[in-house]
Amino acid sequence: MEILGKAIKYGDDINTDVIIPSRYLVLTDPRELAKHAMEGIDPSFIKKSKDGIVVAGKNFGCGSSREQAPIALKYSGTRCVIAKSFARIFYRNAINIGLPVLECESLWDSVQDSDRLSLDLKSGKIKNLTRNISAQAQPLPDFILELIEIGGLLNKLKRARV
Amino acid sequence: MNVIEKILSRASGRDHVSPGEIVEANIDCAMVNEITGHLTIKYFHEVGVKEVWNKDKIVMVLDHTIPAGSVEAAELHKIMREFAREQGIRAFYDVGRGGISHQVMVEKAHVKPGDVVVGADSHTCTYGAIGAFSTGIGSTDMTAVFTTGRLWFKVPKVIKVNVRGDFRKFVTPKDLFLKIAEILGVSGANYKGLEFKGSTIRDMSIDGRMTICNMAIEVGGKAGIVEPDEKTLAYMKSRTNERFSIVKSDPDAEYERTLELSVDDLKPLVSCPSAVDNVKPVSEVEGVELDQVFIGSCTNGRMEDLRIVAEILKGNVVSDRTRLIIIPASQEIYLDALREGLIETFLLAGATVTNPTCGACYGGHIGMLASEEVCLSTTNRNFIGRMGSPKSKVYLASPATAAVSAITGRITDPTSFRSG
Ligand code: SF4
Repeated sequence: MEILGKAIKYGDDINTDVIIPSRYLVLTDPRELAKHAMEGIDPSFIKKSKDGIVVAGKNFGCGSSREQAPIALKYSGTRCVIAKSFARIFYRNAINIGLPVLECESLWDSVQDSDRLSLDLKSGKIKNLTRNISAQAQPLPDFILELIEIGGLLNKLKRARV
Repeated sequence: MNVIEKILSRASGRDHVSPGEIVEANIDCAMVNEITGHLTIKYFHEVGVKEVWNKDKIVMVLDHTIPAGSVEAAELHKIMREFAREQGIRAFYDVGRGGISHQVMVEKAHVKPGDVVVGADSHTCTYGAIGAFSTGIGSTDMTAVFTTGRLWFKVPKVIKVNVRGDFRKFVTPKDLFLKIAEILGVSGANYKGLEFKGSTIRDMSIDGRMTICNMAIEVGGKAGIVEPDEKTLAYMKSRTNERFSIVKSDPDAEYERTLELSVDDLKPLVSCPSAVDNVKPVSEVEGVELDQVFIGSCTNGRMEDLRIVAEILKGNVVSDRTRLIIIPASQEIYLDALREGLIETFLLAGATVTNPTCGACYGGHIGMLASEEVCLSTTNRNFIGRMGSPKSKVYLASPATAAVSAITGRITDPTSFRSG
């Protein structure tokens, strides 16, 4: 599964409260949530998020268990999040809703905002097409890859019913 | 095996598990609140299952937005209420019935020692205080639990936190956890468990144990846990007749590492904006002017906390420059505090006391901060914008520090305070 997109770069410890501030948690329409994605640190995010690849530092998604955080990113057009590491609940939530996430230590340093990236989820190979630099992310375990490919855990649960 | 490994192996029907292994565990109890639960309910209907796996093992709590402060919140409440009714879920805590989910889960004995409990809220790790393995999950994982009663877990590595010594007056379990946060950092226990042990923990009340287990997630922890002991048994006995087995770590249990701490010389600490591990002694930030002080939440809204606050506030008044909001964590605590006269003390001091709710803690409901405002809070997170405006600032501290600071209107070290 190949993904192409533009880098949007953030630092360490980006928490769920800035990914989707609490006051929007009463919203039920994912497209409405998406309008406020990353609003806590970057109100301009939604203008550049279409086909965006978020490249972040350590511990991305720390904080609350709100699944609205990966949902807001996914519906904002974000194709994938690549971080040095993820907080545990966010990582599971992202995969469960079908938002690809990759762990890669080395990519962050050389990336600038708007760089064009291509990545292969299966192998974890990342290319910075703008700068002609490659990086290797941790390949996803098969069962996680499978979840992403079928669009998330809900689809798996539905299929298990038939 | 350590206590977490033992609980996970029992729940997944195995003799032995080790860190890194993936197990599928049977869930003993599952909790949702209105913020996460409405999504689970929507997904549940999408999957097309008619009945939840076990209506007696699901707990539904309205706590983040009660009473409803907007039509949107009211709609979420309605979705929860109707689902509970339709599925015959009796453990549904409506407005005026429960309080903050994590308090309700323990005080109503929905959680028992040795259980595997999941909650669609990150502070589900609180129930480690009574010896359960409990962890926060998202709404989709919860849909899997609602439909199958099972969920996969990676067996975590566990950090042993061994604590000795006695707290000085007005130094509390909250200060201990802030110390741990300073040492481990906000991702220092990512994917790991924390087992709290040692004489300080043995001497600590269930209330205090809940405070430290509650904050395990703030260092990335998957779970915090205290092995059950006489205090746990006495607590459980006062709340349920149900039986449970006692699960403890083996003497030769393996840990990723051990953190040795003493609280004898521990000073009151404060976590400065805007990261929980940005910890300093209160004495170093003394004098910072406060617009709001908030005492409450699943971290520090229990009787032990409120008693310290009342001891300090008695005969004093809140500074003119600040406002004090106090929220008991549950209906039961509210009533106990009322009967003990604590609420009267709070009101006479000029505090606002509201109904049990998450309230000001997460900036979604009441007690929100305006831009440039500064708040000292007994809660667990001081992220940018956590309590309102992204331009506001939040300091985290103990109930003692909060109460003394409310009187002076500035961040103040409680150890110099002399109660009347
Ligand atoms: S009190 Fe705060 S931390 Fe606790 S459950 Fe409510 S919002 Fe979350």
